[in-house]
Amino acid sequence: MSAPLLDMENLTVRFHGERTVHAVNGVSLTLQSGETLGILGESGSGKSVTLKTLLRLLPENRTEIGGTLRVDGQDVLALQGRALADHRGRTVSMVFQDPMLALDPVYRIGDQIAETVMRHEGCSRSEAMARALDMFKSVQMPSPERRLRAYPHEMSGGMRQRAMIALALACRPKLLLADEPTTALDATVQIQILLLLRDLQRQFGMGMIFVTHDIGVVVEVSDRVAVMYAGEIIETGTVHDIIRDARHPYTKGLLAANLHGAVKGARLNAISGAPPSLESRPTACSFAPRCPVARETCASQPPPNVAVGAQRQVRCILAQQ
Amino acid sequence: MYIAKRLLYTLPVAFGVSVVCFMLVHIAPGDPLTSVLPPDASAQLQAEMRRLYGFDKPLPVQYFIWLAKTVQGDLGVSIATGRPVALELSKALGNTLMLAVLATLIGFLLGGLFGFVAGYFRGGWVDRLASFISIIGVSVPHYWLGMVLVIIFSVQLNWLPATGAGPGGSADWAWNWLHVRHLILPAITMSVIPMGIVARTVRALVADILSQEFIVGQRAKGLLDFGVFRHVVKNAAPTALAVMGLQLGYLLGGSILIETVFSWPGTGFLLGQAIFQRDLPLLQGTILILALFFVALNLIVDVVQTMLDPRVQRT
Repeated sequence: MSAPLLDMENLTVRFHGERTVHAVNGVSLTLQSGETLGILGESGSGKSVTLKTLLRLLPENRTEIGGTLRVDGQDVLALQGRALADHRGRTVSMVFQDPMLALDPVYRIGDQIAETVMRHEGCSRSEAMARALDMFKSVQMPSPERRLRAYPHEMSGGMRQRAMIALALACRPKLLLADEPTTALDATVQIQILLLLRDLQRQFGMGMIFVTHDIGVVVEVSDRVAVMYAGEIIETGTVHDIIRDARHPYTKGLLAANLHGAVKGARLNAISGAPPSLESRPTACSFAPRCPVARETCASQPPPNVAVGAQRQVRCILAQQ
Repeated sequence: MYIAKRLLYTLPVAFGVSVVCFMLVHIAPGDPLTSVLPPDASAQLQAEMRRLYGFDKPLPVQYFIWLAKTVQGDLGVSIATGRPVALELSKALGNTLMLAVLATLIGFLLGGLFGFVAGYFRGGWVDRLASFISIIGVSVPHYWLGMVLVIIFSVQLNWLPATGAGPGGSADWAWNWLHVRHLILPAITMSVIPMGIVARTVRALVADILSQEFIVGQRAKGLLDFGVFRHVVKNAAPTALAVMGLQLGYLLGGSILIETVFSWPGTGFLLGQAIFQRDLPLLQGTILILALFFVALNLIVDVVQTMLDPRVQRT
């Protein structure tokens, strides 16, 4: 197998401030080009932080990053200044959760796309605008010529997210990061955007990491899934493995909490309790306090990372049997 | 479309302004003719003068006569000097405009710079220094600052003239060093007010813009610092320019103190004279024109803001 597009080894992210937050605690991931990885987790599980680390978008002075992180052979954590800016948007780019917030409200959409093309490819404005128009056609923007001259507030939520995707893909990145790109959208638009992202990922042959808290979304777009909890990956496997044969009690809980198959009037299954605060690095299983099948040892020592198949790992003592 | 609507709105405002200007002057106590007539003037002469200036008619009638004349550009004749108000005013207005525009420009440039730096390096020593300067700018009494500057640069160093708008107290302006050097001290003194306010506004604006997610979005695109800077400036510009426009408006009317300190022959100076001499036509004319200037400036600020900020158009 060729060298992976993304090679993340034992990544740790710590925020310093009034109190320290151990946001990501030893995450290892690999991704081949052309592959889509879904990261599933609830708010505060470290999934967005992991994604932002790939672009080094976290505030430098308050963030301490450990481990190794290579994208396309490049050591991302060593990048500085102009080299870092070259990496952003060209090698790796990102679709944000809410395009209304992530796009500049006083620039026309076309200019915002052209700006990044001109920055990375040093081409003229008219060439960059032509690229922006191409991208608008790729994302199936209705009346693309006219929309290039629109401001973000003049578009609907779905169109804005299409524009955001066009912006992210304008410089043909090798790795696309999608940070809950459908969370801010209506249900009917969500599925359109999901299908669009999946099609574009195949068409462009790029790697994609898709972060979401919605298990149904993960199933729709991903080849593989990583489930995150308290800054750690607690289970990875193919979509099929995770859906059919979840091993970790947390993943099982997530699947059970899904609304599909819920009976009217019956109480919905929910995982009781709340995630830990992460003010210190976990020394035992972070999920143990909420785990319905926890044992005594779970609260005292870190759980083993058990390989239960090719590319399939579970961080749980129960998986050892 | 928006601009046409906005233009239409200024008409009732301008009308209201004219009523208030007229009434204010008439509500104030004192007889306008006492200052020009000798104390022992006969009752007949007083009545004659009253009739001549139209003060014998009922107020509403006086107002409409005044309004009709004003609309035609006739602001009446100054009681004190006997010269047309329009003439006195246009000269003073030119002088004040020059001073106010220069002061606003200096204040805006310095204030924008301090505010931008302070907002960009928020919390650092640069921020504290710039904020300190802007607070001083807002709080220092400017007539006091004017006198201090006069003491330093005119009396001690003898670099710049202390008063007037030209050599030998001439009121005719010319664009040469002999005249321009008269402009420097009052302009610097006056610029301190907008500088402080603009600095504080821009600092808050920049800090707010930098905390928004689209700045992260711009960095994620791979923009360098200068590219991000352009986005910050374009987002901050509409509000910053609006503040600048309003400051220019305040300076146009509110410069009585500074113009008096420097004997600058502008509208403030003229207004001061008109008040002390109870020169009704001059007072009315000056207040009206200054108020209309303010209305017009507001209009311009609004229109420019609409052109700069695409989101304003919708409301």
